[in-house]
Amino acid sequence: MIVLRRIGRLWLVPVVIVVWELATRALGDDSFPPPSTIAGRMREMWLTGPPSRLWINDSAIANIPPSVVRLLGGWLAAALAGVTLGLLLGRSALLSRLFEPIVHFLRAIPPPMLLSFFLALFAIGPEMQVATIIFGVIWPILINSADGARTIDRQHLDTALVFGLSRGQRLWRVILPSATPKIFAGLRVSLSLALILMVISELVGSTEGIGYQLLDARRSYDRPGVWATIVILGVLGFLLNSAFLAVERRVLSWHRTAKQTT
Amino acid sequence: MTKGTLSRGAAGVCGFLLIAEALGRTGVIDPVVLPLASTVLGETLGLAADPDFLLQLGNTLDACGVGLLFSVAIAVPAGVLLGTFRKVERSARPLVEFLRPIPSVALIPVAQFLFRDPEYAKVSLVIFAASWPLLINTMYGMREVDPLAKETLRSFGFGPLAVIGRVSLPSAAPFIVTGLRIAVSVTLIVAVSVELFVGGTGLGTFMSAAAAGNQRAEMLGAVVWAGLLGLAANGLLAGAERRLFRWHHARTGEPAR
Repeated sequence: MIVLRRIGRLWLVPVVIVVWELATRALGDDSFPPPSTIAGRMREMWLTGPPSRLWINDSAIANIPPSVVRLLGGWLAAALAGVTLGLLLGRSALLSRLFEPIVHFLRAIPPPMLLSFFLALFAIGPEMQVATIIFGVIWPILINSADGARTIDRQHLDTALVFGLSRGQRLWRVILPSATPKIFAGLRVSLSLALILMVISELVGSTEGIGYQLLDARRSYDRPGVWATIVILGVLGFLLNSAFLAVERRVLSWHRTAKQTT
Repeated sequence: MTKGTLSRGAAGVCGFLLIAEALGRTGVIDPVVLPLASTVLGETLGLAADPDFLLQLGNTLDACGVGLLFSVAIAVPAGVLLGTFRKVERSARPLVEFLRPIPSVALIPVAQFLFRDPEYAKVSLVIFAASWPLLINTMYGMREVDPLAKETLRSFGFGPLAVIGRVSLPSAAPFIVTGLRIAVSVTLIVAVSVELFVGGTGLGTFMSAAAAGNQRAEMLGAVVWAGLLGLAANGLLAGAERRLFRWHHARTGEPAR
């Protein structure tokens, strides 16, 4: 029953696809191919391989995993550095007063502005792409972690002190867990930002990747190819966000139950 | 902000600049690779009097401003609609969830199909990208409206439009302004990206031109201005938020700093 109701809520999706198909066919404009053409092009671009490999072809393997690896690698590196620095700033009033203005300034820089600079610094390649992603996404994580570490219930810290927890234990058992909800909020914002920066850094400087395929399709006036890449990027964004939400639900389940009991 | 935090913040900035300058002067970081802090600062000041830079900057801000106005006009009413009528929201949700994760910069080629003029392509993408945070925040805000307040107005005989205008919109306003703040930073990201790829006039084109001449100090000067502007816009909106919505912070128990 629940499954049926879930499916029932999706009724608008097929309706929109059918209307899109009919409208684009009636329009007959090459720039706006019907969804069936886009789906066909997607199959040609990525799914012409042997059945033993789930039809995934060499072009898909050469382009999609490198993009995803750069995206996740940059994001994870930014997460590690951002959380560490954030906790540091959040727990030290002096450090936070010294560095907060710089952090807020760096966060305010639109990351694409630095793209040309990183390109001059690293030349075309994965280093420049990962550097762009890390620099672009670290600030929301850092600021949220600092915020989470700063606003910890006084009672929890005092209790930890009374029970004689060491500095490290306090960090792991009290500070980090209570900052987690805010840290996750920052991580979620930066994940979608990382996807944007992955695409844009590949558009400027790369020789493989999904962004490169987009550029390639545009250069060769392969309009269905452009749309196909956009769809795959949307699917990637959707999957990343869903996976993140699933992890967040698991990690923060204690937080919700703890809130209910108090 | 007290005097103490201000002076410590200034000390932090000065310390950062001095260390960067020292690293460059002693040769730890090659000044050719990364220009000296003093060179960048000089370039930053020089750009303020550079008519070409100001023109490009103005153009980017123009596109951002116009795009933002349009996205407010589109996304806020849409958010009110979706937030008020549960059924509409439930049907539209899958569509929103599929459209929102599409990275806005991936749509640059589509915007080019639609508009030959890069300026139109830029504004249309800014509208698209800035609409999502506004829509989502308006929807959240509408959902948080106190049902008792709505019922009270209804039982006094107010129509649905009056309920929206007198209760729902004012109580959702803090959420909408938060969405606006996110949207402002999004507009800059998208506008600069489009300028980098498609061309036209603006900060992105300025950066590509400076990169072509390997003018690193000039590039960093432009970056500093972009950061300062972003900071100013954010500070302005955050200040307005605190001032206008003190009652909201008081109600939710947040410190109204």
